[in-house]
Amino acid sequence: MNKPLKQHLIDPEICIRCYTCEMSCPVEAIQHDDNNVVVDASKCDFCMDCIPVCPTGSIDNWRVVAEPYSLEEQYEWMELPEQEEVASDTDGDDAGAVDDQIAALLAQAHSGAGGKAKAPATASKPTINMYNLGKPAEATVTGNYRLTEADSDSDVRLIILDMGAQPFPVLEGQSLGIIPPGTGDDGKAHLPRLYSVSSPRDGERPGYHNISLTVKREPNGLCSNYVCDLKVGDKVKVTGPFGATFLMPSDPEAHLMMICTGTGSAPFRAFTMRRQREYPSLKESLTLVFGARRPGELPYFGPLKKVPENFMAKLFAFSRQEGEPKAYVQDRLRTEGDRVLKLMQDPKGHIYICGLKAMEQGVEQALSDIARGAGLDWTSIRDEMRTDGRYHVETY
Amino acid sequence: MLDLINVSYDTQIPNNVGLSSDKQVLKALEKWHPGYINWWNDLIPQKFQESLVYLRTAVSVDPKGWAKFDYVKMPDYRWGVLLAPQVEDRRIPCGEHYGQPAWQEVPGEYRSLLRRLIVIQGDTEPASVEQQRFLGLTAPSLYDLRNLFQVNVEEGRHLWAMVYLLHKYFGRDGREEADDLLRRQSGSEEAPRMLGAFNEETPDWLSFFMFTYFTDRDGKMQLESLAQSGFDPLSRTCRFMLTEEAHHMFVGETGVGRTIQRTCEAMVEAGIDDPYDTDRIRALGVIDLPTIQKKLNLHYTLSLDLFGQEVSTNAANAFNSGIKGRFMENRIDDDHKLNDATYDVWDFEDGKLVRKSVPALTAINMRLRDDYTKDAAGGVGRWNKIIEKTGVQFEMKLPHEAFHRQIGVFSGKTFAPDGTLVSGAEYDKGITEWLPTRADGDFIQSLMKPCTEPGKYASWIAAPKVGIDNKPGDFEYVKLHMA
Repeated sequence: MNKPLKQHLIDPEICIRCYTCEMSCPVEAIQHDDNNVVVDASKCDFCMDCIPVCPTGSIDNWRVVAEPYSLEEQYEWMELPEQEEVASDTDGDDAGAVDDQIAALLAQAHSGAGGKAKAPATASKPTINMYNLGKPAEATVTGNYRLTEADSDSDVRLIILDMGAQPFPVLEGQSLGIIPPGTGDDGKAHLPRLYSVSSPRDGERPGYHNISLTVKREPNGLCSNYVCDLKVGDKVKVTGPFGATFLMPSDPEAHLMMICTGTGSAPFRAFTMRRQREYPSLKESLTLVFGARRPGELPYFGPLKKVPENFMAKLFAFSRQEGEPKAYVQDRLRTEGDRVLKLMQDPKGHIYICGLKAMEQGVEQALSDIARGAGLDWTSIRDEMRTDGRYHVETY
Repeated sequence: MLDLINVSYDTQIPNNVGLSSDKQVLKALEKWHPGYINWWNDLIPQKFQESLVYLRTAVSVDPKGWAKFDYVKMPDYRWGVLLAPQVEDRRIPCGEHYGQPAWQEVPGEYRSLLRRLIVIQGDTEPASVEQQRFLGLTAPSLYDLRNLFQVNVEEGRHLWAMVYLLHKYFGRDGREEADDLLRRQSGSEEAPRMLGAFNEETPDWLSFFMFTYFTDRDGKMQLESLAQSGFDPLSRTCRFMLTEEAHHMFVGETGVGRTIQRTCEAMVEAGIDDPYDTDRIRALGVIDLPTIQKKLNLHYTLSLDLFGQEVSTNAANAFNSGIKGRFMENRIDDDHKLNDATYDVWDFEDGKLVRKSVPALTAINMRLRDDYTKDAAGGVGRWNKIIEKTGVQFEMKLPHEAFHRQIGVFSGKTFAPDGTLVSGAEYDKGITEWLPTRADGDFIQSLMKPCTEPGKYASWIAAPKVGIDNKPGDFEYVKLHMA
């Protein structure tokens, strides 16, 4: 039996046959007849270029299938077929499809970089997909600490997981999946939710086989509430590791500018700890641009203050600080325009953006304005940096 | 005010044409800009100018960059000059210069022809905004209000695109033409818009949907043929405009579809089987299907007239000179010169309609119109699926091309919608069944009550299946400013 796969499909009831997706597909996976616009499953590589250009939203449809729908079948459709029951073998074939789904999810998270994401040239080789829904790893909770001040309505937590004797090699910037217990309305097990690892590769505590996560409690968030309520000794089902591009360069001369809000700081905490442990005497090689509403809601505000300024420049932006004008990360980028500009033009300069999708546009605009101020074209700089593995976006 | 505009001008106008280093064009556009802003401010009712609208703005021309959604006040919309990326070593795709490198500058011999094409295209863009200026006051939902404004700001951007070409490549003449684009007004006595269809007011939302479906689709076909132009800057401009035009098609197709759906649903709920039971259906606060068919007949046939004469030497010249290609020229498998090819066009012989072979070069308009009809038929099929699903017995049809025509071989003749030639008396008798009457218009007008509560829709139209930018049903697409 073939491994089930995730197939990209277009909803014929909503599609208006403008063919904009077809024009924007770099691998010519999309084609049409007089009736429908269809996607060739053997060509589609989940690059997501077609998603934002669709004026209707019909493009954003996915089915997990054992056998992909052929072009002929798709041409005949008047409406999209329901998701069929996909036979799941006990050896975890079904979970393979979930991995593809996670790959697609990550591709979408990375889409803000404006093209196919690429790992830094000197990044270590990541291990991916070791554990899946059919065969998860089991971790033991060894810590759960609140990172935001008690009076803040934002509850962000550091969760420490011990992986025991199971191998679970993870690099800074990678993610893992947590499977919340129980089943959904359809009676099936919940799908894993992705979280960025916030500890370096040699463990939250060096030499210990433990991994930390930074998780914000979301109202009605099934998994985030589960994770935030975990107690020491609880067992957790984990999948992963996932992600092969949002990684840090091993080159100590590489300068990293890390731009984040909220729990987007997770991978950057890992980056910083890795650098501190490996090259503690480096000077001016990291810049962190970190936004939150107030200092009390900025995860790791205390520990961050202890990182020497000449090891890592820290630029904070607070949008709800009493008595201060509102400042967002893009405002900090603008005030530090010279620094940003220098980094853009440095062949060893890397830019990382992590946080909510909403921050993407403001940051992009600030970078674009800074470039233009010096007579440069941000889009071409960005594309060059990205193809070079020096520009990374992970936003949800 | 002026200073403010000047200071922010360079950063306010997103462009990928190096405007900041092109001082002369920048200066010309700067001079033109205040007139444009005045035009916009005079046009759109004040309370909408101050409302926050959830709009899509192009921030770059790559697939990821041109659909950023956010709340903006329309006067702050970043109208920009955006061209699709230059294709390396692009060649002239048709006509006698076929295969030669595409022109990066205006070829002297085609200067006036090109300028005229650009001016005509440019003239339609602000015209449609003018035609639709009062629709905001009767929007059936915030979702539809947002779609209207998205169409409006993008038509504004398309005007910018054409004005840029005029300023950049046509010197003083171009600047004068650009000024005239703001001077002419839809429906004006002394300075009307250039094409007839763009001087009619868009009186109600069904007309707006029909307009965006049928008339904007003519615009799309014209852009498709200009996107094939051997004059590369025009081609690149139009290619990018097409990506935005797709949204306008979407508004039209789904708008008509949702209107039909609501009518059918209401009929089923009320247990009415006969689609011609007009009074009872109208009493439900929905538009009866025969009236929608009449609107379709009207807008389709008006739009067909925009394609010009079936046999045209102007069109032949434009094609032969490589200024204008055919729909999807690059996918057509022939010599792209049409020296010997023929094409069948409608003609009228001995009182009968006949298909006649003519040199394909002279039938460029007819061919584009055929492609248009094929393209337009797709949506009609979808509308029929909606009707079918509800179980109502009715079918929407495109009328025969001969019906209700003012331009070309059919003009001045009395054809019924099925293409049969009828006497003047029969035509006069049938016309109330074929085209919307004043009473039909009054009825539609009576339904045009604004509905401004998030997630709610006027009685005559169904909610969309999917929100814009995947937003949930009760998303507040327009934060209305209560003036």
